[in-house]
This record gives sequence, structure tokens and C-alpha cells, in this order.
Amino acid sequence: MTYARRAWAVVWKDLLVERRSKETLNALFFFSLLLLFVFQFTLGPDRERLAAVLPGLLWLGFILSGLLGLGRTFLVERENDCWEGLLLAPGDKSAIYVGKLAGNLLLMLVVEAVLVAMFVVFFNVDVGGVWPGLALVIVLGTIGFAAVGTLFAAMTAQVRARELLFPVLLLPVQVPILLATVKATEAVLLGEPLAAVADWLKLLVAADLIYVVVGVLTFEFVLEG
Amino acid sequence: MAPDPLVRVTGLRKTFGTRRVLDGVALDVRAGEAVALLGPNGAGKTTLLKILATLVRPTRGAAAIGGQDCARRPEDVRRLIGLVAHGAHVYEDLTALENLRFWAALWGLRLPASDLAAALADVELERHAGERVRTFSEGMRRRLSLARFVFARPRVLLLDEPFAGLDQRARKWLEEYLQAFKAGGGAIVMATHSFGRELAIADRLAILVAGRIALDTPRAALTSDDVQRLYALHTENGS
Repeated sequence: MTYARRAWAVVWKDLLVERRSKETLNALFFFSLLLLFVFQFTLGPDRERLAAVLPGLLWLGFILSGLLGLGRTFLVERENDCWEGLLLAPGDKSAIYVGKLAGNLLLMLVVEAVLVAMFVVFFNVDVGGVWPGLALVIVLGTIGFAAVGTLFAAMTAQVRARELLFPVLLLPVQVPILLATVKATEAVLLGEPLAAVADWLKLLVAADLIYVVVGVLTFEFVLEG
Repeated sequence: MAPDPLVRVTGLRKTFGTRRVLDGVALDVRAGEAVALLGPNGAGKTTLLKILATLVRPTRGAAAIGGQDCARRPEDVRRLIGLVAHGAHVYEDLTALENLRFWAALWGLRLPASDLAAALADVELERHAGERVRTFSEGMRRRLSLARFVFARPRVLLLDEPFAGLDQRARKWLEEYLQAFKAGGGAIVMATHSFGRELAIADRLAILVAGRIALDTPRAALTSDDVQRLYALHTENGS
């Protein structure tokens, strides 16, 4: 119970800070809107071209906005040396990771929901019949992305070139997730049943499990530096 | 027989690359005692505090708090210490009460709101409980940082320049707080550049020069002029 309460304290604190400052959410919404405008101007009204590239574009939007959001996760801990405070708090440090991960996941899913809604409006995409499958793929893909992103954000938080290092470290590790999510999203948007993409979903679940477990096991060493 | 010291440092050495920051430092601090670490910039005061706070590992030698080795048993040491360094470990966009609630939860403590309010009252911040830290003065931040220790109850306080940036009223409050902490059986290790009345809380002065303790002496009989003379004597010889 103490572990869960400590993790929840981190989620509560991060979401409260974000609600007050709105720094990350505002940046992500405007960035997403900008991306959509660029995509819209580039692709135009050609629906065939759009159908072919939509899954990739959707995940490009998620990844780019996720990079922005995750990269800021530990910046709040640098202010007033709160990082030291986290380190000095007695108890299992992985609870801090779990809390940070849960907070990031919530923020990313909110942004992604808005991004999907904007895609629907901007590109006149019908997701009415496929939204449960689409939601499942998005949630599974986001868990894996956030799990590694949270860990790498902690690793690079104290590094001078963190803006460069963070995506350079993160993106290669995300290849299995990206491959599975784009393929699964493509199939779901074409109206295929989830059973048709079961292999990709299994890969996503396995990658999520591995990334979360690695994050939980290694976070203490990352925090200790 | 005198009880074992709460803080024991023996033969402590720390090197960063080729630079030796601490070199054979030895220091004991007993319960109810405060030691002020004096010394020029770069003498190793902050590094010594960070080793005691388990934030930096020594290259050689040992530092222990309450009998627990700082490098080998950092989790046990962390339950015994309270660190107030340059950053106050407070979140700007949370209120004073929310900051306390967060740290209490992170330490695994389930405290009722009345206990948190009492902790804020102890540091005279009860009227500002609902205000965001962003609006706080340096003194108020320092007090909020110390409020965390009302419920964490550390046995050793590690303070890095605790009086820097404080006005006269805040200084007086902090002096009284630290005197009360000592009277309750706590030990204090405090790094400072101040020769003023803040040194009154120190029972001993240790002057660090180039990573070595050049002088470790009781403070009681020393006037402010004596301290300045001794400081000049040792730092000019040592640097």
C-alpha cells in the first residue's frame, strides 16, 4: 500500500503542477495543431493518398508530441533541487518511476485523444466503427513509448545536451513499438478485425511488459546517477 | 563513557578526476552538538555535506551517521538526515500545504491534515498554507523546507549556507529553530561563510582548507574577531 501511495503522490503532484502551469499541455496542443496544418497542406484532399499515409501521420504526431512532453518530465525536478529531495526520500525509488510513468501516460493519452479528434475533423476520417480497436492500439503503443521515454527522460535530465540526446536514445529503442502500432493502426482503420493484427498486438503487449519491467528495475540506478 | 558520535568521518578523501577535493578529513559530531564548517570557496565543505547526505560517494575513507555507513547503507542514512542545501526541495506551483503533503506521502507517511497544519505552524507558515511557493520569499522557502523535518524527525541536520539570503527576522527564527533542534538531541553540520552571530549555534568550528581540516576547535570562548583572525591565519597559510 505504501508503494502505491508513494506512486500516487507523484502522479497527483505532477498533474497538479501541470494543471496550474499548463506548460506542457499548451505546448503539445499548439504543436499538434501545427502538425495537422502542415499535413493538411501537404496532402490536400486526395483520399487515396491519405488512406495510405494516415496511420504513419497519426503516429508521427503522437511521437513528436510525446517527445516534447516526455522530455519535460523531469525538468520540474531540477527546479529548487527537488531531484535531490526525491533521491533522499527513503523507500523504493521505482515508486517514483511508476508515478511519473502514470502521469505521462495520462497526459499523452489526453493529447492523443485530441489529436485523433482533430484528424477526424481535418481529414474527414470515419472512425465510428473502429474506435475500440483504434483505442486499444493507441493505449498499448503509448504505454511502451511512455515507459522508455520516462526512463530516458530521467537519464538525460541532468545532461547538458539533453534535448539532442533524448530523442537520439529513445527513437531506436521504439522501433518495435512503432512498427507494430503503425501496422496495427493501418489494419484497424481499413476495418479489419483485431484478430487480423493479433501478432502485432502480442508484440506490443510483450514490448510494454519488457519496457515497464526494465524501467522499474533500473530507475533507482538512473536516479542515483 | 561518552556515547558514540552521531556523525563520524574518518580519513575521508574525494577526488573529481585529478582534483583532490577532500583529503583525509576526520570529524565527529555528537548528539546535541553543532559543528560549523568554515573555509574558502572550493575548500570541500559542500562535498563533505554531500557525502554525509549520501549524494556523493567518497573515494577513500568512511562517513557514517548513526553508525550507518553513508556509502554502503544510504537508505538507512537517509532516514536519519535532513538536508537543507541551496535548493529548498519545494515545488513552485504547489502551495505550502500541498508541498508538505507530497513529501509526507513520498516518505510513506499517512498524516492527517491537522498534523500537516501543525508542521506549518511550527515554522510559522500557517497563514500561508494555501499560497503557492512561487510567491514565497527566500526565508519562507527555507522554513517550508525545514517544515518537512517536523514529521520526518531526522537526527542530523546537514545545512549548506542556511542563513544566506535571509533577513534579520528570518535569521533569528532559524537560530532559535536550530537551538531547539540541538536541545532535542539532534546533531548539526553546517557549512557557512558567515562569521556573524549565526555562529552562536555552533559548539565547534572546523576550518577546511584545500580539502583538509586545518583547525577543529570549541567555539564558546571565541569572539567574532577571534574567529576572523583564526580563519585568516589558517586560510592564508593553507592557500
